[in-house]
Amino acid sequence: MCRRSTHIVILVALIASPLVAAAQSAHGAGNAPVTQAQIAALQQAVEKAQSAGDNAWMLMSAALVLLMTGPGLALFYGGLVRRKNILGTMMQSFAMMGLVTILWATCGYSLAFGHGNFFIGSFEHAFLRGVSLAPNPDYAATIPGQTYMIYQLMFAIITPALITGAFAERMKFSAMAVFLSLWSLLVYSPMAHMVWGVGGLLNASGGRIPSLDFAGGTVVHVTSGVSALVTCIYLGKRAGYPQTPMPPHSMVLSFIGACFLWVGWFGFNAGSALAASPLATSAFINTHFAAAAAALGWTVAEWIHNGKPTALGAISGAVAGLVAITPASGFVQPFSALAIGAAAGVFCSFMVFQVKSRLRYDDSLDAFGVHGAGGTLGAILTGLFAASAINPIFGKDASGHSIATGAIDGHWGQVLNQLTGVGIAWSISIAGTLILLFLVDKVMGLRLSPEQESTGLDLSQHGEEGYDLNS
Amino acid sequence: MLKIEAVLQPSKLDAVKDALLEAGIEGMTILEARGHGRQKGHTEFYRGREYTVDLLPKVKIEMVIHDELKEKAIAAIVGAARTGRIGDGKIFISHVDEAIRIRNDERGETAL
Repeated sequence: MCRRSTHIVILVALIASPLVAAAQSAHGAGNAPVTQAQIAALQQAVEKAQSAGDNAWMLMSAALVLLMTGPGLALFYGGLVRRKNILGTMMQSFAMMGLVTILWATCGYSLAFGHGNFFIGSFEHAFLRGVSLAPNPDYAATIPGQTYMIYQLMFAIITPALITGAFAERMKFSAMAVFLSLWSLLVYSPMAHMVWGVGGLLNASGGRIPSLDFAGGTVVHVTSGVSALVTCIYLGKRAGYPQTPMPPHSMVLSFIGACFLWVGWFGFNAGSALAASPLATSAFINTHFAAAAAALGWTVAEWIHNGKPTALGAISGAVAGLVAITPASGFVQPFSALAIGAAAGVFCSFMVFQVKSRLRYDDSLDAFGVHGAGGTLGAILTGLFAASAINPIFGKDASGHSIATGAIDGHWGQVLNQLTGVGIAWSISIAGTLILLFLVDKVMGLRLSPEQESTGLDLSQHGEEGYDLNS
Repeated sequence: MLKIEAVLQPSKLDAVKDALLEAGIEGMTILEARGHGRQKGHTEFYRGREYTVDLLPKVKIEMVIHDELKEKAIAAIVGAARTGRIGDGKIFISHVDEAIRIRNDERGETAL
């Protein structure tokens, strides 16, 4: 990200120079020579214009990422549960919009993006101290520091919300709120720091093990997916699973939710360019291509496997492709994105159709099968397909050529770096989640009573019903 | 007085209703129902899991008629609801002891 800021400075100079030249020639026609002050004013105007453009895109992107949690994820998950649990399920996502925001302002942002060690930030920005409207050149030199902070907050919100899919229909609301709040601080903030924070272990620009994660494949999807797996195993199956059929109660809601996710993902991935730049275009296109290819991949796999192309298969595939392209979106060529998407569609459908039923865990809405598996696959494929022609993030060598990024460029070591990054994410997710589940279970109990579970989350936890067609 | 209960394919409801009206039978109650006969259900797939849905959506018509309208009613329902495939439904007929019009206490066949 530091390197990005130097690019921007060069860019500003390039944009400014023809303007200055034009001004000089105009003055050459017999007026007073251009003063240093005028040049400085011109430069300032150019910087201001660029900042305005970047800031417009980044605020828009932040809003798009929030749209992914509510209504996107809330509808996607809400439709997949049984009718008696829809409000409880939607509330789990919505609760993150409130809780994580407050935590982020108090210390979450600081722990992720403050100057710290390899593994975690510090409390330097606690209560947003020093997070101002001036750009923070550590991360994004052309947008206000607070824009960067709020944009990153939206990622911190959706990540724990993704986990809720694994333990759907059986966790107490109170326990869920405490568990995921702590998770956000103990697992998400350190992981975000390691990958994106200044001085982080896995930071692509200057980290000890430079690992490529453009928009959070590891930080968001591997951590949430693996924690989801741990949670559903720790908590146990839903009462009656798998003998009692528990089909989704509204495919229509899930369908709308998935489409919101697809659109919101443009903010997630293209916004991660942190500027309204050509790189954002590249990420935008890759995001869309991967989603399309994965929807097709899952559908074809399912058609062969079960004889019918289902709507749920198509939308699940699209989400799997969006997950897998997330780390790669700002590093690969469009045709690599198609390949990554297709691979994710087939692989994630295999995880959901075969692996889940063989191993008999109740990952109710397939948070691990889609986010954990898709995120892990995406991280590895990023190491394979990253091209310095798209994003020369490792800089240039002595002769001025871009240093190879992925295996497709000849840098096979990057695949190893990616595996290390994924391994660290798996480890911190398993350890952190287990510790938190154990603690919260001891203090307040995680699981609904059997009566509450059979009544459903809506009535037992919230005293409301999602659908009252008689009123 | 006879009570006719007919379980039908939901898609045939309008045709049956029109045929009954044409046959001179005016009052009826419609219930949305779920059930199965010999036909059993169908299977659905969600993320690779197979679910057997054995209770299918049906509609049930209930009406109480004068004895002499029995055959006309049967002909109307069968004529409008039959597709010839499994799942077309059934008609049950039984005797009714009494009918009372709540509005004015009329009893028996005059209350129909």
